[in-house]
Amino acid sequence: MPNSAPVCPVTEKHIRIALVGQPNVGKSMLTNAISDARLHVGNFSGVTVEKSEVFFDYKDYHFTIVDLPGTYAFTDYSIEERVTHDFLCNEAYDLMINVVDSTNLEKNLQLTAELMTMNKKMVLALNMSDEADREGIVIDYEYLSKLLGVAAVRVSAAAKLGIGSLIESVIAVHEAPYQEPKLVFSEAVEEEIGLIASYLDEHRFSAVISNRNIAINLLQNEKKTYRTLHDLPLWTELQPLLIEADRHIEMHHDTDDVKEVFAEEYAAFIRGVITETVRYTEQPVEKKSPTERVDDLLIHPVLGIPIFLFLMWGLFQLTFEIGNIPMEWIDAFFGWFGGTVGATIPNADIRSLVVDGVIAGVGAVVLFTPNIIILFIGIALLESTGYMSRVAFLLDGFFHKFGLHGQSFIPLVTGFGCSIPAYMSARILKNDSDRLLTLFIIGFMSCGARLPVYVLFTGAFFAPSVAGNVLFAIYIAGALIGLIAAKVLKMTAFHGQDEPFVMEMPKYRLPSVKLIWHTVLTKTLMYLKKAGTFIAGASMLVWFLSSYPHSHEIEAAYGAKIEQAADERAAAHLTVEADAAQLEQSYLGRIGKAIEPFFTPIGLDWKMAIALQTGLAAKEVVVSTLGVLYAVGEGVTETDKTLISAIRTHIPFASAVAFIVVIMLYLPCLAASVVFTREAGGIRYFIYLFLFTTATAYALAFLAYHLTLMVTGAPALLPH
Amino acid sequence: MRQTVKLTECMKGCRATIVKLHAQGPLKQRLVSFGVMKGARVELMGFAPVKSTVEIKVGRMRLALRKEEAELIEVNADAQ
Repeated sequence: MPNSAPVCPVTEKHIRIALVGQPNVGKSMLTNAISDARLHVGNFSGVTVEKSEVFFDYKDYHFTIVDLPGTYAFTDYSIEERVTHDFLCNEAYDLMINVVDSTNLEKNLQLTAELMTMNKKMVLALNMSDEADREGIVIDYEYLSKLLGVAAVRVSAAAKLGIGSLIESVIAVHEAPYQEPKLVFSEAVEEEIGLIASYLDEHRFSAVISNRNIAINLLQNEKKTYRTLHDLPLWTELQPLLIEADRHIEMHHDTDDVKEVFAEEYAAFIRGVITETVRYTEQPVEKKSPTERVDDLLIHPVLGIPIFLFLMWGLFQLTFEIGNIPMEWIDAFFGWFGGTVGATIPNADIRSLVVDGVIAGVGAVVLFTPNIIILFIGIALLESTGYMSRVAFLLDGFFHKFGLHGQSFIPLVTGFGCSIPAYMSARILKNDSDRLLTLFIIGFMSCGARLPVYVLFTGAFFAPSVAGNVLFAIYIAGALIGLIAAKVLKMTAFHGQDEPFVMEMPKYRLPSVKLIWHTVLTKTLMYLKKAGTFIAGASMLVWFLSSYPHSHEIEAAYGAKIEQAADERAAAHLTVEADAAQLEQSYLGRIGKAIEPFFTPIGLDWKMAIALQTGLAAKEVVVSTLGVLYAVGEGVTETDKTLISAIRTHIPFASAVAFIVVIMLYLPCLAASVVFTREAGGIRYFIYLFLFTTATAYALAFLAYHLTLMVTGAPALLPH
Repeated sequence: MRQTVKLTECMKGCRATIVKLHAQGPLKQRLVSFGVMKGARVELMGFAPVKSTVEIKVGRMRLALRKEEAELIEVNADAQ
């Protein structure tokens, strides 16, 4: 959590910092280390998809750090890059901290060189310095600062090294006047820069930045500089000069692409700086690095994909096997808790509201917390080790056949946890049609909130020894249907140019236990909080709708019958029948009956239909609704009250299969739908998504229901 | 002077110097921002199943490219 409130008094000294760097250099982790905040940190590009701000105090300064999405170069091509680019160009900040990976300076300083033409105060944070030490990379920080004209600080976010001196040098740079960094270009380019700068000097042109810098920006085709100068009288003479300069430079570099020219220039400059300041005590060339040895196995052309599938299978096995151990205890606890609380409430209606409504509904959702925790741990491990990029590499060929991009894999896997971050991480896809396509099928990757429904049904219909496999099969089926849907969409709605696949494969890093703990804890608390608030409320609503209006005729009719009943068994049977009759004429029963004809062809009765509708609000509510509906409908006389056995006795197998198919494929929850609409860019995409998922879910559920009926030989559900 | 080849025509483990990028527009920018540019040294680390994707090493960074993109990189392979 931030150490201080976001509002600062104006009188205090305030430093606003933009944190910039290439993807995967540890920007978020550095922010965490500086401010003790809990941002989401992963080991693949595209974790920070939106800028996030943290606040903290040090000495008598208030700091604001804006953590910007990683960008390889200073361009505005993909959404993430645009966020960074626009922020750096248009928004107010006092200085930049440019974070670089000390083990890969040659690549990282490329961005630094671009940032050096921005005319902003800058501090260079050389992160992962402990890792560089281990790899035998020795950096002369002082000389590096001198050569670049930028303060360079040795830090390690992971080991929390040098954080203090980084903040100190931020303050020092902030207090000192701006000093232009020292960029040196090749002779040919320097000559042209000199010509343009001296022309500007001669005409006494002066701006906040030096004329040399203006010249560099003009040669780089920097739009803003162009716009400013374009309206001035001296432009008429400057323009032919620029055209001539461009021609010379392009001739010299043998290319007509100015971006490439400057990239080569920067690269040459950086090579020079690195030769002067960096020594390698170990020769990295001949020995295989640990990452390479691991990769020999994990991205093996033959073994790679089976290993990946095995890991995923293992995850779902663990989710079911270990997650089910505490389930009985939680179930028993809520049974006991409901009974104990119920005994203290004299009023029958309120008792029913609390016990059958709130406790049954919330209990049904809390029941699955252990499964959720295991799934979240698994996904956090995938994210933080660097394995995600390997899988993207392995699967790109396969994905490409379905019209998807290898990097679509990252949002898709995130979708197994929760669709909301998945929709946001789809921003790493540059091409709009690729991104939209991925957005449309993320919903088919079953999110964590659907897991309770699956666990409930697989637990009800399958022996524990195979339930984990069934769970895995459900997830795989969802993913495969998603791929096929992608192919269909690609051929119809989203045909367009294929996006190139150029992706960094980061080094493997051992995940930090603390980080995983934080990620999983935050997500689990969010899940429980939702159970306590939103789902408790929804359960009360479902309880109310299913308990009222209360029919006195039914009560009187059954009351008389029960009194005349021959024995206790018959009386108990009649009580259950009376409850069922009450439920059927309740508000919820009437709604359910009204929509039932639509669901009968796919084998769902009105209770399941209602549960599906409530799932549109949040998928957890499906389970709590089933909990309430079967708790109310079942009556109090049944000895075995667990939801799993209720499902087993009341729902035919084929209907359960159809139900799972619908859960797997239909519209994501309300919150996710809102994020989808925002990310896709309009309500019309939401309407497409609604039509697309509903049609797919209905058609496939119909198919699944009738196939299962054929296989098992059970009779079809008939309309009442 | 030895003949230049497409990057994809190299064998696993081969080292080479980039001679020319035949890519255009955004792809070229993207490659350049990763350090894949004229004069850069590359090492071919391996291929994904059915050679659909290739892994290369530029400087100290490893990069995955689709076959179609790697074909646009013209290199001068070192003598083995």
